[in-house]
Amino acid sequence: MANRCAVIGVGQTHYTTKRGDVSIAGLVREAAIRALDDAGLTFKDIDAVVIGKAPDLFEGVMMPEAYLADALGAAGKPMMRVHTAGSVGGSTGLVGASLVQGGVHDRVLVVAFEKQSESNATWALSTHLPFNASLVVGAGGYFAPHIREYMRRTGAPAHIGTLVAVKDRLNALKNPYAHLKIPGIDRRMVESTPMLWEPIRYLETCPSSDGACAMVLSSEAKVTGTPAWVHGAAMRSEPIFRAGRDTVNPRAGKDCAADVYRQAGVTDPRRQIDVAEVYVPFSWYEPMWLENLGFAADGEGWKLTESGATALDGDIPWNASGGVLSSNPIGASGLIRFAEAALQVRGMAGEHQVDGARLALGHAYGGGAQFFAMWIVGRERP
Amino acid sequence: METSETSEPLVARHVLEFPGGYTRTTGPVIGRFLTELRAGRIVGVRTAEGRVLVPPLEYDPASGEPVADGYVEVGPAGTVTASAWVREPRDGHPLDRPFAWAVIRLDGADTSLVHAVDAGSPKALAPGTRVWPVWRQQRQGHITDISHFAPEVTRIVSPIRPEYRIQAGGALRTFLDGIRRGVFLGGRCATCDKVYVPYRASCPECGSAIDQRVELPDTGTITTFAINNLPDPRAPEVPFVSAYILLDGADVPMIALVGGVPAHEVRQGMRVRAEWVPESERALSMANVRWFTPTGEEDAELS
Amino acid sequence: MRDVAIVAFAQTRHTAHDTGLSEPELILPVINEVKERTGLRRFGFTCSGSCDYLAGAPFSFVSALDAIGAWPPISESHVEMDGAWALYEAWVRLQHGDVDSALVYGFGKSSLGDLRTIMTLQLDPYYLAPLGLDQLSYAALQAAALRADRAELDEIVRRSRADGRDNPYALDLPDEISGSDEVSGSDEVSGSDEVSGGFAVEPLKTSDIAPVTDGAAAVVLAAGDLAAELCERPAHIRGIAHRTEPHYLGMRDLAQSASAADAARAAGVGKGPVDVAELHAQFAHEELILRRALELPDGTVINPSGGPLAANPVMATGLIRIGEAARRVHDGTAERAVAHAAGGPCLQHNLVTVLEA
Ligand SMILES: [Zn+2]
Repeated sequence: MANRCAVIGVGQTHYTTKRGDVSIAGLVREAAIRALDDAGLTFKDIDAVVIGKAPDLFEGVMMPEAYLADALGAAGKPMMRVHTAGSVGGSTGLVGASLVQGGVHDRVLVVAFEKQSESNATWALSTHLPFNASLVVGAGGYFAPHIREYMRRTGAPAHIGTLVAVKDRLNALKNPYAHLKIPGIDRRMVESTPMLWEPIRYLETCPSSDGACAMVLSSEAKVTGTPAWVHGAAMRSEPIFRAGRDTVNPRAGKDCAADVYRQAGVTDPRRQIDVAEVYVPFSWYEPMWLENLGFAADGEGWKLTESGATALDGDIPWNASGGVLSSNPIGASGLIRFAEAALQVRGMAGEHQVDGARLALGHAYGGGAQFFAMWIVGRERP
Repeated sequence: METSETSEPLVARHVLEFPGGYTRTTGPVIGRFLTELRAGRIVGVRTAEGRVLVPPLEYDPASGEPVADGYVEVGPAGTVTASAWVREPRDGHPLDRPFAWAVIRLDGADTSLVHAVDAGSPKALAPGTRVWPVWRQQRQGHITDISHFAPEVTRIVSPIRPEYRIQAGGALRTFLDGIRRGVFLGGRCATCDKVYVPYRASCPECGSAIDQRVELPDTGTITTFAINNLPDPRAPEVPFVSAYILLDGADVPMIALVGGVPAHEVRQGMRVRAEWVPESERALSMANVRWFTPTGEEDAELS
Repeated sequence: MRDVAIVAFAQTRHTAHDTGLSEPELILPVINEVKERTGLRRFGFTCSGSCDYLAGAPFSFVSALDAIGAWPPISESHVEMDGAWALYEAWVRLQHGDVDSALVYGFGKSSLGDLRTIMTLQLDPYYLAPLGLDQLSYAALQAAALRADRAELDEIVRRSRADGRDNPYALDLPDEISGSDEVSGSDEVSGSDEVSGGFAVEPLKTSDIAPVTDGAAAVVLAAGDLAAELCERPAHIRGIAHRTEPHYLGMRDLAQSASAADAARAAGVGKGPVDVAELHAQFAHEELILRRALELPDGTVINPSGGPLAANPVMATGLIRIGEAARRVHDGTAERAVAHAAGGPCLQHNLVTVLEA
């Protein structure tokens, strides 16, 4: 079976609306060099580089990995570019891990980034081709109807989304890299912000960020420093227009979770997993994914959120870092989830560390909630 | 594939242009180079091994290691190592008359700069030719502050605007032909016994080709929706409702505008009918359907 | 490494114009063809390659998923690179040992926009792209650095077009070469050949340039015993490797491709004779650079399919090289074949695959 793989270095930039002080290469190098420093390595110790980002329209550079290759020390080495919509950051981590698990390389640098401030994400995502037969209005406009359907199906009270919006922003106050830092954030503040795509309020959405995240992945033989071991890795995709597709609780997400749990020997995620970094770009996706990922029974996810179980001091903290709701350099957002999961089991998450975290889930999704990437990392060797 | 009822190609121009151009932050190294350019100087940067990179990078391209912190003025003259002759300049090229692209080793540099050379004729630019920068009068800190190079003694916001010609063919054309007639065309997957609308060439579930076309009524049920409070050029006003509408007889919803009803009176399960623009105004476009509007029937039961 | 083989390959009948079919409609027949050929309906892994800027919209690969029957949900990924790199990712995935088959596809419609200027967008966004340096111009700079013999280049074009005319999937391009002694009638790039002497950007002639092409291709990989069950003569991947090099054109020796040479060494091209080589040379001079970099023996048959100079569906062209090389192994015309794929400006990034019967 697959070779063991470990995360031995994590590097992040500070996430912010506009990183006016760096070029695109400067941004990705900042994360990469921090990850190398964390592992006690330099570029020459790296065998291959994997780069991920969301649509090239965001920066107006087509296939920027060509331009970034030598900026990431890839000259003379293999370099790959991954693009799987919003899940791309997660997929980038998985493609890098696959190179180690397949026995092809010993040390792989994975980097994902977005420099959204070079243009405007809403513009880039609204460049509809002529003759398009469908009326989709940005990411919020796309996901709002599915949130409404979740509320109808489960009878969840309207304040659940608010609770997540507050909880993740409180966590962000403890994360030095987080973008949104809103002192005094509370339910009233969230509920006083306007509906953008009803039922989604302004403060229930993610920001637009510049930023990059990097990890050094290693084979067992070449581990340096503190490893986070990969216990499971899986991706699943499903067609967006399938008749009868459950857009609230997509089968691809359930199957992906089942696969990654099987690999990691997880039968009861609520009990066995200590902390989860889950892609929640709109607050209601926390209860939805709690059900999709098997942390709660169907229709019960919102009760888990309401009970406080997913808070930093709850029994299953979700998004201790503040999550996508607090920092969203789109192409990197998935890799940040994977990296934060690794930081937790390495005991290196700082102020937002979950005490004694030994097993963590990293999760990303994209497209019309149809692309999923997940991994489980642990303190112990699998 | 034989899909279209009429033979006129359905074509439109499609432009990707971020208004005003992408705003690129340069970081310190590129920024220094461009700042020096604005001041009329060309600088390189020294790598740890002592090579001078021009244009400067933040890293040694050979190793990825950071460059040492030393800028060196180079040039302004340099030597051409290779060139290519552009007989017919294009929009976006630095010169509007025939010119050369050249790889130029500036004096004092260990790498070469790529730029344009106003050489008059391709013969005038053999390898080894010495060239000098011709500066723009109004410099702004952009690679084009050097207008071009010219043989001996002689001489950025990034607007990006790729343009495309998009043709609606295949199944989409078939569907739009139906829309021009005021009919929603769907297709039935024989394997799954599911009806897809808009009509499509293959089944997303099983991959089988879909041969059987189905004309669907223009009535259906709102399964779910969003109330959008941000303006969109395709919607007449704010707020507007974008809804998943399951046409009667279809197994997959379409996303469309709902109108003729206040946004907050729209419900899941509400019965709606397409409101078509007058026949004389119809084209091969979804714009033929102004929106879906309530029929007044009792709400449908949702599963 | 685990033995992985190419057991099926299919490609569209490529066109030089937009037929109006959407990308999913373009892909569908080739997916169905490789499914039929192998009898497989499900694959352990699926990976594709495409480019948003070619399609003129973000997420061009999303709708493609609706063409491949991805239900129940599949283990799937996508590279914003030529499909050859999707094949590489699938080969790596098969090394894990838990899945035995993979579906790989690549697709692109370069007819929708002006490829020459769209390719400018892949250049460094501070120093090169703002100059408006276009694809033919940077290719011409590489040709100038190489200083190849004109007669040799023209011969490459004639050979490629003749082979392409014999290949039902490639375009039918005429034997006459623009700018040669006879008056040209075969100009795909510029209408004023008689004035320009056949040069697009001197020294690059219009005939040296791969044609604008729409198309798609699919490959099935199988590992271990499954390969022999699905294919009479599987094309075993004996070596596969890729390397990139610094981006900025003035920081490399354009007359050579160091990364192609490195990739060829890592893939083991020189470990045996090479009957056939399919090279991703989008310009005639690139073939000369690549033959040298890969150290191909004189007896090797180069691009018997016609190569990219006869059909160049960008984002599938590299994958098609691997497929065409595999086809020669499948049909017994080659015992050992080499395939090459390239990415980035002026052969910045190169992937080399060695296939054996
Ligand atoms: Zn079907």
